[in-house]
Amino acid sequence: MTEFWHRAGPVLTMILLLVALWYAAAVALNAAWAKDKAARANMSLSFSELVADTMSQEKPLLPAPHQVVKEIYNTTVLKKITSKRSLIWHGWITLSATLLGFAFGTALGILLAIGIVYSRAMDMSVMPWVITSQTIPILAVAPMIIVVLNAVGVSGLLPKAIISMYLSFFPIVVGMVKGLRAPDQMQLDQMRTWNAGGATTFWKLRLPRSMPYLFASLKIGIAASLVGAIVGELPTGAVAGLGARLLAGSYYGQTIQIWSALICAAVLAAGLVALIGLIERITLRKMGMLQ
Amino acid sequence: MSETVISAKNLSLTFQTNDGPVHALKDINLEINKGDFISFIGPSGCGKTTFLRVMADLETPTSGTIEVNGMSASEARMKRAYGYVFQAAGLYPWRTIGGNIRLPLEIMGFDKADQAERVARVLELVELSGFENKFPWQLSGGMQQRASIARALAFDADILLMDEPFGALDEIVRDHLNEQLLKLWARTEKTIGFVTHSIPEAVFLSTKIVVMSPRPGRISDVIESTLPRDRTLDIRETQEFADIAHRVREGLRAGHAYD
Amino acid sequence: MKWVLLAFLFWLVMCAVNVRLANGVQTRLTRVLVPTLFGVTLLILWEGLVRGLSISPILLPPPSSIALRFATSLPILWGDFVQTFIKGAISGYIIGCGAAFLTAIAVDRSDFLKRGLLPIGNFVAALPIIGMAPILVMWFGFDWQSKAAVVVIMVFFPMLVNTVTGLGAQDVIQRDLMNTYGASYWQRLMKLSLPAAMPFIFNGLKICTTLALIGAIVAEFFGSPIRGMGFRISTEVGRLSLDMVWAEITVAALAGTAFYGTVALIEKAVTFWHPSQRN
Repeated sequence: MTEFWHRAGPVLTMILLLVALWYAAAVALNAAWAKDKAARANMSLSFSELVADTMSQEKPLLPAPHQVVKEIYNTTVLKKITSKRSLIWHGWITLSATLLGFAFGTALGILLAIGIVYSRAMDMSVMPWVITSQTIPILAVAPMIIVVLNAVGVSGLLPKAIISMYLSFFPIVVGMVKGLRAPDQMQLDQMRTWNAGGATTFWKLRLPRSMPYLFASLKIGIAASLVGAIVGELPTGAVAGLGARLLAGSYYGQTIQIWSALICAAVLAAGLVALIGLIERITLRKMGMLQ
Repeated sequence: MSETVISAKNLSLTFQTNDGPVHALKDINLEINKGDFISFIGPSGCGKTTFLRVMADLETPTSGTIEVNGMSASEARMKRAYGYVFQAAGLYPWRTIGGNIRLPLEIMGFDKADQAERVARVLELVELSGFENKFPWQLSGGMQQRASIARALAFDADILLMDEPFGALDEIVRDHLNEQLLKLWARTEKTIGFVTHSIPEAVFLSTKIVVMSPRPGRISDVIESTLPRDRTLDIRETQEFADIAHRVREGLRAGHAYD
Repeated sequence: MKWVLLAFLFWLVMCAVNVRLANGVQTRLTRVLVPTLFGVTLLILWEGLVRGLSISPILLPPPSSIALRFATSLPILWGDFVQTFIKGAISGYIIGCGAAFLTAIAVDRSDFLKRGLLPIGNFVAALPIIGMAPILVMWFGFDWQSKAAVVVIMVFFPMLVNTVTGLGAQDVIQRDLMNTYGASYWQRLMKLSLPAAMPFIFNGLKICTTLALIGAIVAEFFGSPIRGMGFRISTEVGRLSLDMVWAEITVAALAGTAFYGTVALIEKAVTFWHPSQRN
């Protein structure tokens, strides 16, 4: 128990502090509008009235946390999942594109990494470009992919998944190449002394050794996939998905809606990363790489 | 010759771990005289390194007292009473050899000219003149350890505390450095506390050998060396050397060091 | 059809050349030549396929027309570059990384703060922060200030986490050594913690170069004045003039690589002593 508090205590304190800061900022930012409104009505506000007003505006500059929580509750629990106003529905649309793209990106990334590790020519030709591409803001390509694919009649899930795939692909290639190359010369020589072939070395040594690297890059990859899916929802004009909620919210100044979509995206990202972390722990423990 | 520089009285240190308390040191009583070369020998877990760290105020004893130069260990540390040499050279890779030796001098506020003079002097002492502008990673392990000794000598503390400084080096290099260390000790007349797990090394270097044993960490024998202060590696072939080494070995066995 | 055949022929020849080069003796020249040949081959294959299969330029313009567009619209591209990269990305990068650096040094003194902030920092670094863009555009207006604000928030946490990790990265002997010298907090910070943290700090700085550019460009999708790389990309996509979009992407790629390269060069000069930088 003390161990738990030792670890969680500081984090919980920080979170409480952040929520308090959020409330304070909400009061500070929304006060101008509240005063303005009161002045037009020829009223003067007492401090407590002012605070109450800053936390109950319809389009505040910064909604108070409880307003966002209420909005999330309204749009998840109280709405039917099939409803276009249900956050779960929008979240699912984004999630499905994320997962589809992530799956493709992971598969392609691992295949390319294997090619790079086993072919000198591929290593020298492709690897510098993969590394360079990490320094390029690939996300900027997103709108073009959406629109071009739309023009040839592909729309909906697939274009977004392609962006997600593209974003998760590069970190996975880089991490997997590092992982497959992680066995040291002594371990490789050991395999040679047993006269193990390329395939055996791959399955018994390189692949197991690369697992920690793979999981580390999977976590980066899934977070990137989600960002890709959200940004991919922008150019189609606010149709569906969390990105669309963000865009629609910003068109109409619906700040509470923006924040609830944002929190939902954050929860989704945290959940996905945590899920991979869980799989990582189980896998590594089974392989004896973790106590 | 009999002036006491370090004295420990009823010194105990207990670490609290998840598996219960560990008695690293229990009821240690020891006096170290000025100009002594004292070795601490014993199996791992006997508290020899911990004792050295207590002298240096890197660990705080649970009970008992430790005095260095007539002050508490922490006062002595603040007054920079000793130079400390660790198991590894611990040189800063972003500083040259000269820069590493200058580090304590900068911290202690020596002026620039004095710094340069001292760096040159201690580099010469450890036979590294000409390597001042090399980086540590361009030097061999033995040279790095010599540089770390120079760093400990640079600010002229009377006491030199060395924690298995040559443990990671091969035997040929180690023999050479042992000989050099004796010469340096003779020239500078420092008091040296030296932790080792090698019996020949302890016998060859010391005027006094402290044999320690584990669980709880304690002193099981203190052996005054009868060897002359001025010695060369050949002394290891003499009967006198073999006798002292034998007594150390007996002391280690008596302390159940091998169980 | 001739174009397609020619392109494939060229591709095959170049593949053979590269395999030959890669399996031969490796020199500095081959290490540059092989990826360059690969890149050039891809461009020629692209050009050949687009021409040979007469793919509509609305879908995929050939490299030659992108290059032409690039050359003829230099003033526009330069204006967009200044708006997005210099004003938005760089200023946000400096403010964000600077603030994170100072926060990290403050946090490093307190174990409580460190244990509280590190997990939160790691958590936030994985979130789709780019989604904050519409809010910040609402707060700071359409011009570059809101883009810089997005960049500040995006780079802050990765930089914070890396710097805090770095400040704890000295080994035990180096720390004990400072104790034996009775060094003060500031002496410790300047002579040990900061130099030892430099590899981590630069790792953070390098990650943040890409994030800064992404943040500045994507934030423009949520509203901007009528210039900027993100603005140009989204409007030209709407007008289906894809050669301009590709030209803009080329600028973004060049800027991103140059930005990263510059930071990497400074890193090489500062952390020359680190095993990863020594040859």
